[in-house]
Amino acid sequence: MARNGRVLHSEWTKIRSVRSTVWTLAAALVVTVGLGVLICLLVRTTYDDLSPTDRATFDATMTSFAGMTLGQLAMIAFGILVISNEYSTGMIRASLAAVPQRGTLMAAKVAVATLLALVVGMITAFAAYFPGQAVLGSRLASGIGDPGVLRAVVGAGLYMTLIAVFAMGVTWVLRSPMLAFGILIPFFFMISGILSAVSATRKLSYWLPDQAGSMIMSVVTPSQERPYGPWGGMAVMAAWVVAALLAGYLTLRRRDA
Amino acid sequence: MIEAVGLTKSYGDKTAVHDLTFRVQPGKVTGFLGPNGAGKSTTMRMILGLDQPTGGSVTVAGHPYRKLPNPPRTVGALLDAGAKHGGRSARNHLLSLAQLSGIPASRVDQVLDVVGLTSVARKRSGGFSLGMGQRLGIAAALLGDPRVLLFDEPVNGLDPEGIRWVRDLMKRLAAEGRTVFVSSHLMSEMALTADHLIVIGRGRLMADMPVQDFIVQNSTSFARVRTADVGQRDGLTSLLTGAGAQVFPEESGTLKVVGLELPQVSDIAFEAGVRLWELSPHHASLEEAYMRMTQGAVDFRAGGAQQPGDAPPGAYGTGGPPGSPLPPGAGPPQQQPYGGAQPQSFAQPQENAR
Repeated sequence: MARNGRVLHSEWTKIRSVRSTVWTLAAALVVTVGLGVLICLLVRTTYDDLSPTDRATFDATMTSFAGMTLGQLAMIAFGILVISNEYSTGMIRASLAAVPQRGTLMAAKVAVATLLALVVGMITAFAAYFPGQAVLGSRLASGIGDPGVLRAVVGAGLYMTLIAVFAMGVTWVLRSPMLAFGILIPFFFMISGILSAVSATRKLSYWLPDQAGSMIMSVVTPSQERPYGPWGGMAVMAAWVVAALLAGYLTLRRRDA
Repeated sequence: MIEAVGLTKSYGDKTAVHDLTFRVQPGKVTGFLGPNGAGKSTTMRMILGLDQPTGGSVTVAGHPYRKLPNPPRTVGALLDAGAKHGGRSARNHLLSLAQLSGIPASRVDQVLDVVGLTSVARKRSGGFSLGMGQRLGIAAALLGDPRVLLFDEPVNGLDPEGIRWVRDLMKRLAAEGRTVFVSSHLMSEMALTADHLIVIGRGRLMADMPVQDFIVQNSTSFARVRTADVGQRDGLTSLLTGAGAQVFPEESGTLKVVGLELPQVSDIAFEAGVRLWELSPHHASLEEAYMRMTQGAVDFRAGGAQQPGDAPPGAYGTGGPPGSPLPPGAGPPQQQPYGGAQPQSFAQPQENAR
């Protein structure tokens, strides 16, 4: 127990003493909030031009999280860097020499980074929601007390956290920052979107971590019927995260450092 | 103490370290010498439990590394001085390592002082020179005040002053009764720093002996003496030995005479009425001896010969490759291991010997 405390302490020192932590997390917040507010502003001015169906399924809450498509990339970058820093610098050898119990080291690192991502994710979610609704104006905006809205806002924070943890798990497997960035960023920025836009692969895309997880942010039931509800989608995403962490652990345990 | 028994590491069908058995004793600096790619770093990583051996085992202070209760309190290691996040300050780098093993922050400041980095402790380590980086790596190794210290190429890229500082530090640590295991690919450096040498080439043990013995056997100037009458060889040997020389009979029938100048050898032979066919000066630098030894490893493998590590200390002084388990002609040329520096003498020694 004492050892776990020490390792957590050390991981906290590591994470707070590099600039990439601040930069990536700040970018996640600023981009999500800024872009969200911009899009809300855009929607407000063009709302009257929307088709009746679009107006009927208009989701004010989800609109304020529109910036997340870009903001999540910064969160992924945080997840990648917090793990790959150890490998790209060679620090992992010193860390594992000090703590040969590899599971302990991994758990502590992931725990500290997850906690930090959770705090920033929640702040981001609330910081994106309120200004977004204010910009939308009283005619369109939802209230935090409306059914499902608080769940969506908290869920947005969870989504930001889980996407970072998923990136951590994948990076434990890939080790190299280049490889991790090269795979994760295009996937979440483009491939996932393309798969969900093409009708042939749409059903498949429902099961992707980001597509499933983002269900939690919708208050109005989307036009495309999904085989799970908001929390079901979150569970699908969580399953991806667990799988990624497990793969990362097995890799770390088996491979030479 | 570090103890390796039959330590082996292969990657697929490529063997990086083959059946290494050695002991690193406390109280002295043990040099771990081998050319680049000989398997030094792999061996060090196995000692530290980072790489899993494919065969054999290695223990530190009696335990496999991963079973040590709090490794940094027992073993300190510098594996790669570049292994630090450039954006992190020197102090935070050490602090994160210290916290891993419950070492107080005051000790961080202490080791920073020992390595002379106090003034830049809060600077980002990315801006450090190579030498400062090495000092930071050494500071990390010293954090837990460990009884066993491993340094992988600690003088790489250091200026002469830095090299001297590292050398003095190693000696001081050993004098305090610690086990100090230092790898290097530079024979000259190890000759100055180490008390004991473990030499590997191509992943195999080539020599395990005190540095002094290694120097006596490998780096001396010597005279090669060939008597006209093979029957007079033993007589001359005892005369030369009586005059204070060390005499090693060589396979080709010549004598390797250490400790006497050529004129003295000549005088002794003349007075005893021994006719000489050859009296030639030879110099083997430590570096040459070391290169010859580690390059010889290639031939051992090709010949499927016995373990070079089985050869007794002293077997390396005969002018042949270490251990000389090969039949004549199977190994590298027996008489030209010194880089061909003396082309004039010993033209066809093997024919003459018959």
